[in-house]
Amino acid sequence: MSVDVDKSAQPPADAPPPHPEPIKAIPVRHYGRWVAAVVVLALLALLVRAFASGNVNWDAIPQYLFNTDILKGLRNTLLITVLSMVIGVVGGVILAVMRQSKNPVTSSVAWFYVWFFRGTPVYVQLFLWFNLGLVFQYIDIMPIYKDEWSDFMTPFLCALLGLGLNEAAYMAEICRAGLNAVDEGQTEAAHALGMSHGKTLRRIVVPQAMRVIVPPTGNEVINMLKTSSLVIAVQYYDLLQAAQNVGRDSGVVVEMLILAAVWYLIATTVLSIGQYYLERYYARGSSRQLPLTPLQRAKARLAGGFNRSAGGAG
Amino acid sequence: MTSKIVTSETAGTSGGPMVKAENVHKSFGSAHILKGIDLEVAPKEVFCLIGPSGSGKSTFLRCINHLEKINAGRLSVDGELVGYREHNGKLYELRDREVAARRRDIGMVFQRFNLFPHMTAVENIMEAPIQVKGESKAAARERATKLLDRVGLADKAGNYPSQLSGGQQQRVAIARALAMEPKLMLFDEPTSALDPELVGDVLDVMKDLAADGMTMIVVTHEMGFAREVGDSLVFMDDGVVVESGHPREVLGNPQHERTKSFLSKVL
Repeated sequence: MSVDVDKSAQPPADAPPPHPEPIKAIPVRHYGRWVAAVVVLALLALLVRAFASGNVNWDAIPQYLFNTDILKGLRNTLLITVLSMVIGVVGGVILAVMRQSKNPVTSSVAWFYVWFFRGTPVYVQLFLWFNLGLVFQYIDIMPIYKDEWSDFMTPFLCALLGLGLNEAAYMAEICRAGLNAVDEGQTEAAHALGMSHGKTLRRIVVPQAMRVIVPPTGNEVINMLKTSSLVIAVQYYDLLQAAQNVGRDSGVVVEMLILAAVWYLIATTVLSIGQYYLERYYARGSSRQLPLTPLQRAKARLAGGFNRSAGGAG
Repeated sequence: MTSKIVTSETAGTSGGPMVKAENVHKSFGSAHILKGIDLEVAPKEVFCLIGPSGSGKSTFLRCINHLEKINAGRLSVDGELVGYREHNGKLYELRDREVAARRRDIGMVFQRFNLFPHMTAVENIMEAPIQVKGESKAAARERATKLLDRVGLADKAGNYPSQLSGGQQQRVAIARALAMEPKLMLFDEPTSALDPELVGDVLDVMKDLAADGMTMIVVTHEMGFAREVGDSLVFMDDGVVVESGHPREVLGNPQHERTKSFLSKVL
């Protein structure tokens, strides 16, 4: 440590004041914001009043929230969502790899698949699965299984195939984008180290592609949860079907629709929270410091309250 | 930085040249990049490749570990053809797995580092020994730690690449290549993407490696390094070898007009 004698000997009067006075100015008044806020609040109040005074039996909603039929419908909705997504993700990965294959047959089959399943409404696809019995009267896998198509194709299987195979087309595009997003230098570096194609894909490329794949896949799960309400077309007993049945039987039709909406909202909220943590996991290494989770932030704030000098946690 | 990494057996087993190129040609579509390269790299030699950008020096380097496929000529590493097997006078293309097996013995360091961003420094180094050689995690970690110490980054083992400077990333990349105990190291402009004050650390590691007897092929613009450490130097331009010889001779007394005009711009 050395001190420059000349500088320290300078008279302090020459130096600028260490803290210049902060600027004092009259801020701009945003009258428009106040007006807009008042108008929006007024409209909201009107809406709430309309619903509250309307012919809706609000008490029925908490009363039927945990109704066994409703819960069964909810369970089926979650089940079909999860299983369809599994089919979608696995199918999507296979299709994405097929699309990138050097074999022209596999890549064009994958292209055709995506073209067909993305180009037709999923509602129509569900009906097609349901009515495929007109084409195939029997299902006959010679030595193992033989049955009438209508017995084999249960509402559950119709819903599963309809939603899952449709989802695979969308997942294929998401996976392809993710794989393409990984820098080619990563593959080269792995190859240069003597890693095989498969190992390079599994250990180096896919984990990095996940950062691009996970966020849109989370959206797809939430979308799937809602789209699954279309399985009413194939007589599958999902949440919406249950709500409608209960509503019809008990004379609370609108109330049960609102109740279904409440359950859908709860489920999508839980899924969004899960997605946040999943994205955070796959972001490791890509940003210098991971943002704190809400829980960690709350803890840090609590610790800061007791001991102000402590820095942020983590 | 005293411990030796290079053992005597890493100097090659064939007894012949480490790398031998005979009339090597390479085209990308209609662009003819390499137009007949002939050269030999001896074991334990530090072989420098210089030349203007687009002269084909990086392409040639990438051909050596089969990241690019040559179109004509013969290219062999330690007596074995790159990418092919010769049997009864016929060439057979190697399968992916066989190509990967040959690459294990050839380390490569890239201009853009290409560290795996989702792994820490020590995990980057451990990855290939575990996945390719089937080494145990403990053994791989032990050697990775030694290598990190050797490149002067023992305290950065748990850092992700994004938390390291360019020079530190490149040193981790060198350690990652060394973890496979290669008999040949390829350097593709290893300091070109670095801030000037970080170049020295990387060059120091490379000098150490050269002193230990590693066979190295270095594509570089660092004429000082070539003069000080290099055993041979080749000047390439427009896909051909224009001039070759000892670095001090070629750099100090260039014979060809193209070499002279290139050196007058970079020296």
